[in-house]
Amino acid sequence: MPLLEFTDKGIYCAAGKFYVDPWLPVDDAVITHAHADHAYTGHKRYLAHHLSREVLLYRLGDITLQTVEYGETVFKNGVAITLFPAGHVIGSAQIKIEHKGEVWVVSGDYKVEDDGVCTPFEPVQCHHFISECTFGMPVYKWKPQPEVFAEVNSWWQNNVQNNLATVIVGYSLGKAQRILQNLNLDIGNVYTHGVIENTNEALRRNGIVLNPTHRITQESVKDEVRKGIIIAPPSSVGTPWMRKFAPYSFGYCSGWMTIRGAKRRRAADRGFVLSDHADWTGLISAIDATRCESVYLTHGSTATFSKYLSEIGFDAHEVHTLYGTEEDDAPVPTAEAKLADNNSQEPAKSVANEGGEV
Amino acid sequence: MKSFAQLFTSLDETNKTNEKVKVLKEYFACVPDTDKMHMLALFTGRRPKRQINSTQFRLWAIEASGIPAWLFEESYHVVGDLSETVALLLPDHNNTSSKTLTEWIADINSLGTKTEEEKHSWLLQSWAELSAQERFVFNKILMGSFRVGVSQNLVIKALADVAELDAATLTHRLMGNWTAETYQFAELSHADTALEDVSRPYPFFLAYPVQETSEKQKTPDAMQDLLGDASEWQAEWKWDGIRAQLIKRNGEIFIWSRGEDLATDKFPELHPFLNELPDGTVIDGEILSFRNGLPLPFAVLQTRIGRKTLSKKILEDSPVALIAYDCLEFNGEDIRSKTQTERRQLLQQLQAASSVQTVFNISALINFNSWQELSEIREQSRAMIAEGIMLKRKDAHYQVGRRRGDWWKWKIDPLSVDAVMIYAQKGHGRRADLYTDYTFAVWDGDKLVPFAKAYSGLTDAEINKVDAFVKRNTLEKFGPVRTVKPQLVFEIGFEGINKSTRHKSGVALRFPRILRWRHDKPKEEADTIETLKALLNENE
Repeated sequence: MPLLEFTDKGIYCAAGKFYVDPWLPVDDAVITHAHADHAYTGHKRYLAHHLSREVLLYRLGDITLQTVEYGETVFKNGVAITLFPAGHVIGSAQIKIEHKGEVWVVSGDYKVEDDGVCTPFEPVQCHHFISECTFGMPVYKWKPQPEVFAEVNSWWQNNVQNNLATVIVGYSLGKAQRILQNLNLDIGNVYTHGVIENTNEALRRNGIVLNPTHRITQESVKDEVRKGIIIAPPSSVGTPWMRKFAPYSFGYCSGWMTIRGAKRRRAADRGFVLSDHADWTGLISAIDATRCESVYLTHGSTATFSKYLSEIGFDAHEVHTLYGTEEDDAPVPTAEAKLADNNSQEPAKSVANEGGEV
Repeated sequence: MKSFAQLFTSLDETNKTNEKVKVLKEYFACVPDTDKMHMLALFTGRRPKRQINSTQFRLWAIEASGIPAWLFEESYHVVGDLSETVALLLPDHNNTSSKTLTEWIADINSLGTKTEEEKHSWLLQSWAELSAQERFVFNKILMGSFRVGVSQNLVIKALADVAELDAATLTHRLMGNWTAETYQFAELSHADTALEDVSRPYPFFLAYPVQETSEKQKTPDAMQDLLGDASEWQAEWKWDGIRAQLIKRNGEIFIWSRGEDLATDKFPELHPFLNELPDGTVIDGEILSFRNGLPLPFAVLQTRIGRKTLSKKILEDSPVALIAYDCLEFNGEDIRSKTQTERRQLLQQLQAASSVQTVFNISALINFNSWQELSEIREQSRAMIAEGIMLKRKDAHYQVGRRRGDWWKWKIDPLSVDAVMIYAQKGHGRRADLYTDYTFAVWDGDKLVPFAKAYSGLTDAEINKVDAFVKRNTLEKFGPVRTVKPQLVFEIGFEGINKSTRHKSGVALRFPRILRWRHDKPKEEADTIETLKALLNENE
């Protein structure tokens, strides 16, 4: 009996009687990170990293939550659980599970580049590695982050000169903060959509120091906003909320922007290739660094990527989970359609739908 | 190449017309004249001949990318564009080339005389010298698939501003059979040199649709609101053939298709009447296949379009003839600014003098006194082998391109059936990585028989829903094609239906597209093969 198994509720550790990122209600859930496709409501007890605390409470409401530091081991029914940084978003963790000498690591989502905002990814040696592969196709190759932000900043500057408002779109936990921390604030102020500011506030309550932001409200002065940059969630694209800043230039930050068709579909003025997931070479190097005997691929281009890994000598398996979505889904997540246009101060229920990479 | 690739990227990065014009002007202002001409050639669909076939291209790209062939194919299905796939997969180098667009195209053209090995090393070397952005545009040019989301009108507007020329004149000067190698920018931009090319056609005047979608038919009252009094208009049938411009100048004849292809040799039946015309004559019309003096459906004409040589049988059974619409040049004079009625009189004069009036027909005018009457006549379109009705304002000038106002097309409702989606495939371009190309079936007893593929007609939101359905309801995968659980029903519209021996269903449709998603219909209520056969019989 392997230490972990893939069940219809999620990844299950029978010896420890707990699940990792379960999508149906269970007693004990270990959560890799606070994105909606990994942190569902309805579990009795949650275990996650310290820096996920406030976002989880904000998104899931009143839950019973234990938080730990990276490298700190807790035991459940004699099974050792240790969190290691996954480099995906603030508070994201790989879950190392060890019992009677058998070691598994559940990566959740991860990226290998240090984004300067969350704790960088750390490879963990294991026998069995459970990995995502959202961008497990060789066409996905990320440029170093400074190059991408040089493009973003010069686009912003150019918009200011042309008297256009600048709207930059990225999901609210992760991408938004990564953008915020890498903007050149000499150009102007940063304004935020309510959904994003709510997440920023949760992170600040958690002790994270973020650059100053201005929440957009009814009182915001349009001419002032135009000189700055607006960080907005994918759900706001094309809404009246966004149109009121017209004329604007609208940039979309996502790994999917690699492909021209995906960019044109969104009618984005600019597509910035910026992802919180590992690219093709990042995935392969991360998997290689675990020195694992077998690797299980939970979501993304699982069929293609597992076939390739097998060809280059890994024991790779596709497994079915509800993370991300199936093989070739994620480019147009339903979360976008569901998320309400929101600039209220209230924790929005709908925000829980916002998943991973968009 | 850097400026050209940058131009392409900048145009891609904005949806705003003014911004596009600005970017185009900046390009024209900074590149040499020869590059301007090559750019104009590429932007008006004049692509260099393909010197490397797509098998070689794929093979060498796989070699340069260092990945297995199957992974290359998988990548292609995700990206939905071969040139882009190659641009993305190849490693990036920093030693980028400073060759101009003109130099690259000269390189490509010189490949014709090279051996396969020489082509191979040239291509690998070229890829290594280009950035990913340049590589994409380069691949597009090389593989003859260069297209750009900018209308010719915008390009001409920008160039007209930069060169201080009139846009209509420029449009005319960019028509016809020129190449960037021989046509100099100075010739294009200087006055009085333009009309030297005797083969040069005029820009076509294109009609605007009366109704944007076929679902909302215009009532006679709505026609009155849109067009005013019926008496100001002439009406003709909208013929379904090949729109063409026919030229007789200096003893030479030229037949141009709407796509600006010189097609003189394809229609030998028209030569006697053209040769007989006075020099300095240009006629606009529709070429159709005829039998016993009556026009035949487009499908008959289609069978001869792609052929290199025309069989005796075709020339005897279904020869082509012209249905003339308009006269643009008379006695060597450009008469496009005369009224529709005046031009028609001159056209009639030409036809009256012709000794082959069975080949040189004139599109008959429809007599009508009110929009009500015309809308009733329009119901006979299909029986006339016409697509509907054309409306031309009696005092209309012959204008340039598609313009609202003086020429309208009032098409009939498409034929339609309700069908079940059974296969789906990923789309290309804007629809890359989404299931957007569907195959539809109708019932034959308790079996579903595929009869049409359709790509268009759904909104983006609907496409996302169908895409999600396909991913969750895949029964089998064959390469890029997925067999889907038969469940979704769509109304499929088409312009015509013909017998086919190539298709399982025995029918071939003209312009099939999705009219609407029938959420209200279970799959059992989709139409049957008998419905299609009945439509086929009605149309025979």
